Amino acid sequence: MNTTAPTTPAVSIREVTKRFGDVTAVDAVSLDIADGEFFAMLGPSGCGKTTTLRMIAGLEFPTEGSLQIFGDEVGTLPPNKRPVNTVFQNYALFPHMNVLDNVSFGLRMSGVEKKNAAMRAMDLIDLVQLTGMEKRKPNQLSGGQQQRVALARALVNKPKVLLLDEPLGALDLKLRQEMQTELKTLQRELGVSFVFVTHDQEEALTMSDRIAVMHDGELLQVGSAEELYERPVNRFVADFIGQTNLLPATVAENDMIVLDNGSKLLCPNPHAVGSKVSMSLRPESIRIGTRDAIPAPDQGTSLQGVVSDMSYLGHALLYTVKVDGLSLEVRSEPVSADRRFGPGDDVAVWWDRTADWVVPD
Amino acid sequence: MTLTEIPETAPELPVQVATPELEATNERNDRRRGFLMALPAFSFLTVFFALPLVLVVVYSFATRNRFGGTDLSGWNTDSYQELGSDLVRQVLTRSLVLAVITTVICLLLAYPFAYYMATRKIGIRNLMLVFVMIPFWTNFLVRNYAWYVILGTDGPLSQVTETVGIGPTRLLFTQAAVVLGLVYGFLPFMILPLYASIERIDGRLLEASRDLYATGAQSFRHVLLPLSLPGVVAGSILVFIPSLGAYVTPEILGGAKTTLLGSYIVTQFLTARNFPFGAALSTVLMVIMLSATIVYFRKGGRTL
Ligand SMILES: Nc1ncnc2c1ncn2[C@@H]1O[C@H](COP(=O)(O)OP(=O)(O)O)[C@@H](O)[C@H]1O
Ligand SMILES: [Mg+2]
Repeated sequence: MNTTAPTTPAVSIREVTKRFGDVTAVDAVSLDIADGEFFAMLGPSGCGKTTTLRMIAGLEFPTEGSLQIFGDEVGTLPPNKRPVNTVFQNYALFPHMNVLDNVSFGLRMSGVEKKNAAMRAMDLIDLVQLTGMEKRKPNQLSGGQQQRVALARALVNKPKVLLLDEPLGALDLKLRQEMQTELKTLQRELGVSFVFVTHDQEEALTMSDRIAVMHDGELLQVGSAEELYERPVNRFVADFIGQTNLLPATVAENDMIVLDNGSKLLCPNPHAVGSKVSMSLRPESIRIGTRDAIPAPDQGTSLQGVVSDMSYLGHALLYTVKVDGLSLEVRSEPVSADRRFGPGDDVAVWWDRTADWVVPD
Repeated sequence: MTLTEIPETAPELPVQVATPELEATNERNDRRRGFLMALPAFSFLTVFFALPLVLVVVYSFATRNRFGGTDLSGWNTDSYQELGSDLVRQVLTRSLVLAVITTVICLLLAYPFAYYMATRKIGIRNLMLVFVMIPFWTNFLVRNYAWYVILGTDGPLSQVTETVGIGPTRLLFTQAAVVLGLVYGFLPFMILPLYASIERIDGRLLEASRDLYATGAQSFRHVLLPLSLPGVVAGSILVFIPSLGAYVTPEILGGAKTTLLGSYIVTQFLTARNFPFGAALSTVLMVIMLSATIVYFRKGGRTL
């Protein structure tokens, strides 16, 4: 390894494409992952997350493109020659070895003498709170414990980048949330880049410094949780990250857009007049009230409709409001029962000037 | 595998409140049903396998009479004492060595093949399985005679080597020919269990080992081999045991100077008409096989 300037990314992917026969699993993806960053790769199943991760690990070679780890080209380097380790989906623990042998495997393979390897492995076993279980076989451990072994087995090698493929996917909700916090803490303490693959947007949002959203092998957007949530680059990202109302519209002149039902709304955006777009409105950024309660009726940031459904969520009320054939989800404070609207009530919905966001179709 | 049977209640019987007695009755019924299902195979094995076996052991303690018959009286261990003779020891050693060589060659040939097969797509895999089993479509004896012809003095093999200038081959009636015939005959019995056990291994374990800095060879040594050990054990037993007692192949390809245990035993029964001695040899052979099996299962069988 050469000495690396602080600006050298931990992982640098340039125009990387991976094809399996006529399936393009990863399509010309470029991205940089900084040293010490918690980086998530997010997207629905089959979008190419695992394939991208496997190319970083060396378990798959790119069809085209350049892949660098700390500035060194690794395109076709075998996995055992790369300074990265992987926590596999469903862990892939060695079933014939006990916890200690699983964890010390990497050290043993890279030539560390047995006693020394066992000592370092024990440190990691302590770190993931499995002390006392080192003689057990993987099938004598719970899912959560197996997960920790997988983590220790990878981290014991002090990788420069840790790759995690849906590491929490097999755990139940409660354990999952605990592990999210633990992983995040661990990553901060170690200061190692984590590349974390998940299809769960909430998980990605809560844990990551930056998130890459993928779809059909393409990288759609890379950014912080906030950027993705508030300024999605297209319909897919807007829809995939959090919940939103996507209203199909056409761009008109003077910063206006025309919804498909004919309503004109003020909505400054950079898209060409006449182009088809969608306006994204988050349910929680929409206000609901009687029609005479609209604070600024002539600003083009309100619509009139009829409540078609209301559900009580405890911490909020969720209304479905019909507006001339469109349907809007609106989330509001859990006001007392006599101040709620019910199905059939005429209402108005409005939003802040800054709440809307237009994405191309 | 444990099957949990859903208890059946005849429709006309009232459904009853569960009690330990009822549960016990139920379990008893289950056991009886299981026993009844195993009964046909069980009786068959008793009549045609266990009884002859007992008979062999009994005969080994009997006495040969002057007319080539066997007297089932005057029980003694004379036959077993005869086993210590130089000739017997020679035949036994030769048979063991050939069986071990055959097993090792089969293992070395079969492992890479089984691995290759197990890592192909399902269609190709099945095709290869068919190829492995094609030899079974022809009678074993016929196939051995085919080798007899191929290896013969003016056979195709000899002609080929002569044409390319290595000179004629004189393989027939050598131990090499016997090993060749045995390897050929028993290779599928090595391939199939190896394939079955390799095929079951999760490929990601090998990837994980590569990810953890193992070279290809280390992955094999520390992950693939230990995990496929059940197949290695099963295949080795399936090749070693019939090789040790092989009769047809050594008889056809081996010639007189390389008598193996199988032929030797047959001679005792049919030519020398020394039934007790033949029976004693058979018993010893079975004990060797049994102990080999037990040792093998002890060593590698725990993962089976
Ligand atoms: N070894 C492979 N052979 C053929 N197609 C593959 C292979 N691995 C992945 N794919 C295909 O590539 C696409 C992306 O897969 P993957 O990276 O596993 O997606 P994700 O992890 O996002 O669910 C899928 O369409 C999948 O079927
Ligand atoms: Mg995946």
